[in-house]
Amino acid sequence: MSAATTHDAHHDDHHHHGPDPGVLRWVFTTNHKDIGTLYLVFSFLMLLLGGVLALGIRAELWSPGLQFVDPDFFNQLTTMHALIMVFGAIMPATVGFANWMIPMMIGAPDMALPRMNNWSFWLLPFAFALLLATFFMEGGAPAAGWTLYPPLVLQGGANLPFAIFAIHLMGISSVMGSINIIVTILNMRAPGMTLLKMPLFVWTWLITAFLLVAAMPVFAGAVTMLLTDKFFGTSFFSAAGGGDPVLFQHIFWFFGHPEVYIMILPSFGIVSQVLPTFSRKPLFGYESMVYATASIAFLSFIVWAHHMFTVGMPLAGELFFMYTTMLIAVPTGVKVFNWAATMWRGSLTFETPMLYAIAFVILFTIGGFSGLMLAIVPSDFQYHDTYFVVAHFHYVLVTGALFGIFAGVFYWLPKWTGNMYDERLGKWHFWLSTIFVNILFFPQHFLGLAGMPRRIPDYAVQFADWNMVSSIGGFGFGLTQLLFAWIVLKCCRGGKQATSEVWDGSDGLEWTLPSPAPYHTFETPPAVR
Amino acid sequence: MAEAQYYLPHGTRWPILGSIGLTALVGGFAALLNGASLASLVMVLGAVVLVAMMFLWFSQVVRESESRIYNDQVDRSFRWGMGWFIFSEVCFFGAFFGALFYARVYSVPWLGGEGTGVATNLFLWPAFDSVWPTNGPEALGGAYRTMGAWGIPALNTIILLSSGGTVTWAHWGILKGSRRQFVGGLLLTVGLGFLFVGLQAYEYYEAYAHLNLKLSTGIYGSTFFMLTGFHGAHVTIGAIMLAVVMLRGMKGHFDAKHHFAFEAAAWYWHFVDVVWLGLFIFVYWL
Amino acid sequence: MALDRRLCRGWVHGVSRAAAGLAALLPLGAAHAAWEFNMPRGVTLISREAYDQHMLMLWWCVGIGVVVFGAMFYSMIRHRRAAGHTAANFHHNTFAEIVWTVIPVVILVLMAIPATRALIVMEDTSESDMTLKVTGHQWKWRYEYLEDGVDFFSSLAPESREAIYSDAYSREHYLLEVDNEVVLPVGRKVRILLTANDVIHAWWVPALGMKKDAIPGFINELWTRIDEPGVYRGQCAELCGKDHGYMPIVVRAVSSEEYAAWVGEHLAARETAAQAALRDWSREELMARGEEVYLTACAACHQQNGRGVPPAFPAITGSPIATGPLDTHLDRVMNGKPGTAMAAFAEQLDDSDLAAVITFQRNALGNAVGDVVQPAAIRAAR
Repeated sequence: MSAATTHDAHHDDHHHHGPDPGVLRWVFTTNHKDIGTLYLVFSFLMLLLGGVLALGIRAELWSPGLQFVDPDFFNQLTTMHALIMVFGAIMPATVGFANWMIPMMIGAPDMALPRMNNWSFWLLPFAFALLLATFFMEGGAPAAGWTLYPPLVLQGGANLPFAIFAIHLMGISSVMGSINIIVTILNMRAPGMTLLKMPLFVWTWLITAFLLVAAMPVFAGAVTMLLTDKFFGTSFFSAAGGGDPVLFQHIFWFFGHPEVYIMILPSFGIVSQVLPTFSRKPLFGYESMVYATASIAFLSFIVWAHHMFTVGMPLAGELFFMYTTMLIAVPTGVKVFNWAATMWRGSLTFETPMLYAIAFVILFTIGGFSGLMLAIVPSDFQYHDTYFVVAHFHYVLVTGALFGIFAGVFYWLPKWTGNMYDERLGKWHFWLSTIFVNILFFPQHFLGLAGMPRRIPDYAVQFADWNMVSSIGGFGFGLTQLLFAWIVLKCCRGGKQATSEVWDGSDGLEWTLPSPAPYHTFETPPAVR
Repeated sequence: MAEAQYYLPHGTRWPILGSIGLTALVGGFAALLNGASLASLVMVLGAVVLVAMMFLWFSQVVRESESRIYNDQVDRSFRWGMGWFIFSEVCFFGAFFGALFYARVYSVPWLGGEGTGVATNLFLWPAFDSVWPTNGPEALGGAYRTMGAWGIPALNTIILLSSGGTVTWAHWGILKGSRRQFVGGLLLTVGLGFLFVGLQAYEYYEAYAHLNLKLSTGIYGSTFFMLTGFHGAHVTIGAIMLAVVMLRGMKGHFDAKHHFAFEAAAWYWHFVDVVWLGLFIFVYWL
Repeated sequence: MALDRRLCRGWVHGVSRAAAGLAALLPLGAAHAAWEFNMPRGVTLISREAYDQHMLMLWWCVGIGVVVFGAMFYSMIRHRRAAGHTAANFHHNTFAEIVWTVIPVVILVLMAIPATRALIVMEDTSESDMTLKVTGHQWKWRYEYLEDGVDFFSSLAPESREAIYSDAYSREHYLLEVDNEVVLPVGRKVRILLTANDVIHAWWVPALGMKKDAIPGFINELWTRIDEPGVYRGQCAELCGKDHGYMPIVVRAVSSEEYAAWVGEHLAARETAAQAALRDWSREELMARGEEVYLTACAACHQQNGRGVPPAFPAITGSPIATGPLDTHLDRVMNGKPGTAMAAFAEQLDDSDLAAVITFQRNALGNAVGDVVQPAAIRAAR
């Protein structure tokens, strides 16, 4: 850190000032906190939109027969729900956290490449405009599932090239954002902030960003092949020309499996910040947490075909991917045990972030258990493409990734706004969310085991009862999120003044800053012990 | 000066302009593929906006760089950034090399009845033998001839490898303060780059006009044109980058210490070079 | 209006079912088929292997969960600040960390051994007694018995299709019933060759325990040996477009003698049909047969009333093809339209059925061209 980030008194530029007034501030901003806010607000809007689509799905599945939508529109709902939640809600939310928190956690004045940071965000609304516009095109939105498997996806109408280019834009956004995060972490740490002193959230994002830079371009390649197969006569995915539809699945999941860790690792990081704070005890096994995260990231590149055990791979391939997938349980287990050990003999209090973090550990682990079961190929032949899988990945992504995000919002909201949120409402939000989300997704395990395939708009009458329970949970969970919006709004508008430390067990550079954090922070790098 | 604070810009207009341009470009292209009228106009407008934005954005960075407001730490940020960008490009090519690998090692042999493909071949494609190159069991695109390795491709390999040498020679020039050698080396490199692209274009012409080898020639045509096509596009981008660096060099930019723009372009050029070696071996030769 | 009625009926039914279900839950363990919790054990070696692996894994997970969550809840109760607990300050314990890395590895090995053994058995399709080739079409299955020469298509039963918008509960096996069942003999190893005609489908009957994708241009293999006679129901398990939820599979397992008799009947019926195609049919015969064929072969896309779902599925009513020159109409029905969902029916339907359904399309559903098509015309067009 020879190049100090101190101010040169002679140098006159503008960044002593606060933000510009007006709307254009948000369009032109290069400030990491502004951009973090943009990401978070955008992701919440997408969460609501994706949630509305999900409620459309749950309404149709309330009872057998077709009541609200036709089967093709149902397929559009499932496809767009997934694309919006994955690329619009979860990922931008975690990037929002990265923008807000990483510079403050490592003692940097801003992100390393602020202009590119702006572009990373401002590609997203355009990408989603292209994607959402397909709802209004002839033939409607993409309906072949977010996995976009050919040949089905190639039957799509006018939406196909728009969806593909939207994905390209999202990919460019993600790659630029990730490069920025990697560079910030590697190059912008305050003097003394060695890699193994970084907060775990920073570590998880460093590894997430690496996964993104490696995986997103592969996805871009895959959808480009779809485009040329559809419009330019190539035959990557057609046996007639020597290709193979399964080739797409291999490339897609080579991206897709790292993608699921891209969504969950930042939440791992958030939970690893929250648990020590409210246990009033340092994180247990910090270094093994770092190594476990790195191992998970490495393994994520050699397990992809467990998403496609039924495509008819050779036996050796099935065994290889079964074993590597099972191996992931080891580092994941280490993380869960470390979290439990962090709580062990602490001095626990249960503010909303802590409640979400504990629920995360338990419910994510349940998703991990079903993941382990899915790794066992003989029984995966029964689970594959059923609601058991739907239950599994919603436990991992909703009670996992999303609950981690909720924990993070409640944890850092006082630092962002300078006000304490309404703790009573926060607890309401937690209990309503947690109860409803389990009513929503737990019965889906039963549905899958009893034989209900996923992605169907209508089902045999024997599945009716659990589907209705699930739908009740879905509407409850969806409506509860309006409470979340209210809590956040209320906190932005006022509330009890937050102290710098906010939480009495808090530890880390961000808590040395005033609340709300000033527009520019750490222009003089802090000293790190 | 180099030890001054980390330069943080205050606001920027370029990204939103870039988003508008890029969206018009790809949205117009998508509409064009759907056969919409006027789509190509939107596409061209988008491209113009995008290129203008890039010109303006980079001009600003060049001005800032030349006024030496970037300290060493900013310089390191650029280096890390460029390195990871190239890594992402490697992964993009990885997808297409992966497709080539899969076709040659799995799908084509299976269609030809090898390994687990016995029933596939017996019941669906009994007349098909696993060979490479192939346009598949339905011989898509009809009879074709393949692109040999030892004509233009071998020449192109020599050209591109030499350009890797000339760009290093240019680097030696700026390091020892010889602007003449720097600009001269770059001129040679850019020239070799465009010569490569020209020969590649001629090869495509040959393929379409005389070999009946097309993008639609089954999996061989698909992998051949997509891999060499994306590579050619990257050579073009790299050559443009080097040409800009050369023009800047002629204007007196860069010295022995400050020439990261050159190094970034040179890294990119070496990356393009290495990709070509992969192409030459796995697409043309083996 | 119709929609409202359907809605009401669906919801009322739903609510009453839920109430009944909750009531059934109260005496714990009461057997109520609809509140199914677990995977069926099935009727084949493979399904039992899958079930055993599933239960083994489930209990491992429950055990680990009890230990880990138990420790967490213990600390949540005992290590609360509200209970006066002050924090310890440890953050490292090499021994514990080694233990909880090594023990999971050992458990995983214990899990992997039986899973590997089971998988090797499941993937061994050699030494089969008979071969069934299954081809997925949007949205029906074709079954070819390679040794016995039986060959037919199997679609969602028309009764189920009619119930979609009226009353699902009116059918006991709603969406899990077909017009032509797959009949297989018990106790014989059946090798199943799977492929698809258009997009990827997946053939899955839970009670038989194996699911595999049907991929266009490739053949996947699986096998089954059914132990008990009975009717086993399943569905397509890979998203294959609009009617993915409406392409069921029904397997009827019977004794070898019954199977042989079924093959005989099937072949005889086909011979009768072939004979029938040689004579001229009356207009009434054609229209009656045509309506049946239309319901199973066409109505999924073009709708029962012929109005279709434009633009993907054009209307038959007033369509330029169905009311235009006969040759074009024949060609479209028999050869399909490449690049769209319109399949080629030349192989799926015999001469009589094709003649009947084309006649029906031209003279019903609001069309009144007036001509009739005889099986002979189809034969000539082949």
